[in-house]
Amino acid sequence: MSNLTEIRWHGRGGQGAKTAALLLADVAFQTGKYVQGFPEYGPERMGAPITAYNRISDTKIRVHSNIYDPQYVVVVDESLLEAVDVTGGLKKDGAILINTQRTKEEILPHLRGYEGEVFIIDAHKVSMEAMGRYFPNTPLLAAIVKVAGIMDEETFLKEMEASFKHKFASKPEVIAGNMKALEMAFKEVH
Amino acid sequence: MGKRERLSGNEAVAIALRQINPDVFPAFPITPSTEIPQYFASYAANGQVDTEFIPVESEHSSMSAAIGASAAGARSLTATSSCGLAYMWEELYIAASNRLPLVLALVNRALSGPININCDHSDSMGARDSGWIQMYAENNQEAYDNMVQAYRISEHKDVRLPVMICQDGFITSHAVENIELLEDEEVKNFVGEYEPENYLLNPECPIAVGPYAVTDYYMEAKRAQAEGMRHAVQVVKDVAKEFASLSGREYGLFEEYCLEDAERAVVMIGSAAGTTKDAVDKLRADGEKVGLLKIRLFRPFPAEEIAEALKGVKAVAVMDRAEGYSNQGGPLGADVMAALYRSRSEALAVNYVYGLGGRDVRVEDMEDVFAALKQMRQDQDPGETYRYLGIRE
Repeated sequence: MSNLTEIRWHGRGGQGAKTAALLLADVAFQTGKYVQGFPEYGPERMGAPITAYNRISDTKIRVHSNIYDPQYVVVVDESLLEAVDVTGGLKKDGAILINTQRTKEEILPHLRGYEGEVFIIDAHKVSMEAMGRYFPNTPLLAAIVKVAGIMDEETFLKEMEASFKHKFASKPEVIAGNMKALEMAFKEVH
Repeated sequence: MGKRERLSGNEAVAIALRQINPDVFPAFPITPSTEIPQYFASYAANGQVDTEFIPVESEHSSMSAAIGASAAGARSLTATSSCGLAYMWEELYIAASNRLPLVLALVNRALSGPININCDHSDSMGARDSGWIQMYAENNQEAYDNMVQAYRISEHKDVRLPVMICQDGFITSHAVENIELLEDEEVKNFVGEYEPENYLLNPECPIAVGPYAVTDYYMEAKRAQAEGMRHAVQVVKDVAKEFASLSGREYGLFEEYCLEDAERAVVMIGSAAGTTKDAVDKLRADGEKVGLLKIRLFRPFPAEEIAEALKGVKAVAVMDRAEGYSNQGGPLGADVMAALYRSRSEALAVNYVYGLGGRDVRVEDMEDVFAALKQMRQDQDPGETYRYLGIRE
């Protein structure tokens, strides 16, 4: 099962980590992959730490457990770095993607000695510039697609535009902002 | 034929119901089954179905209304989970004893307490003696396929019993996975028009439904009900065969995975069976003769067929996602062990309680179970036959 990519999302209730995981499953499905996108439900309230998961594979996925040794971790809310063991089980040859306004050097001491690659993005800046409101999950979705090499930018943007047209059929005015956030995130993540 | 999609288990079941286009759907929401009536309500509002969708004030009422509709001659259903099923209790028996074709989309969730919204089978297992046919699914595909087959079984003249289509709360109900859907027209033709034999709204032949029966008739009525359950086994097989020719997907009473030459086997129900398949593959790669028997039909219980399938197995672990409080294990364990005893099996058998309240089951956990079976064989002693998997002591 070497073709299996496992991703774990850490967010807080209300930030859209679950939605991002489902959107990632959606877009990977469009490229012909087998996918899983699912949330882990703890106490459901705004602000509580939540976890969501993705499996993306070339072969049928049968396992139904949570993900303990992911290749990639996405941290939607950097305050979780202190509250949750976000790098727990994260593979050394994998990577962590963190939404932060700080620099990599400032973030590193908070990663409990994680030795793999670290990527950061200021999803707040991207979101405010592109959409005028703070939706961290849209930029992070694009960023993880790039970091994990799930598909190329052009295919991703094409699929996401189709997906947004469906999702936002009743409010098409938000599509352009969301698309801009995705494009910006592809450039901003580093 | 067949449309590739990615859907949650709840949406998949809702789509099956849209394609079936039943007559009456009374519903009261409860996590994690809420999405089923929620999706369906939008189909009804958009005119994609001509179902009478009735938002009621409780599960007692949703099941009562579904029973009333079925007695009147309509194709009806409802959906629920956990405490919602508990609140339907007396109606479950009324539906079955009146021989009413009816479907319940059940999304398995733990019963209180402590209050818990996650998956185990304590809700449906409690209803195992209510006279309902029960079918379980490993994933969204099986939940969808079982729903498409449900009415054909329930309405069959030799059966005429309500059917519970069960899937694991959150684990399959809320997980988006790949799925293949049938075309609307294919489902419509497969399920067919419902033509009830006897029904309340038939002025040509007035009948009473749910009358009083004194001691000289009650027992014969129950025996007749049990006869319907006996017929259900063959009907489930026949419907599955026809479904396979339509979809290419084969179903039986249970699934045998690497069981042919297996010396050690796990018997289980639901989503963790998929996880177990990965454990089986891993151990098989090391030359270990392990296999899985995954129950699809739990009521009626295909005891003889299960015993036959386990004939060559030397050590069995029966996995229960519900407590039985018998101090001996859970309901599946009791049924499988009785089946083994009746078939004069000499297999060593243990019963695990696992995954209560959504406790996660990993591939490694199932490898541990197979390792325990190996130990049992070496010792020629089952040891403690009633165990908990992955419990913190």
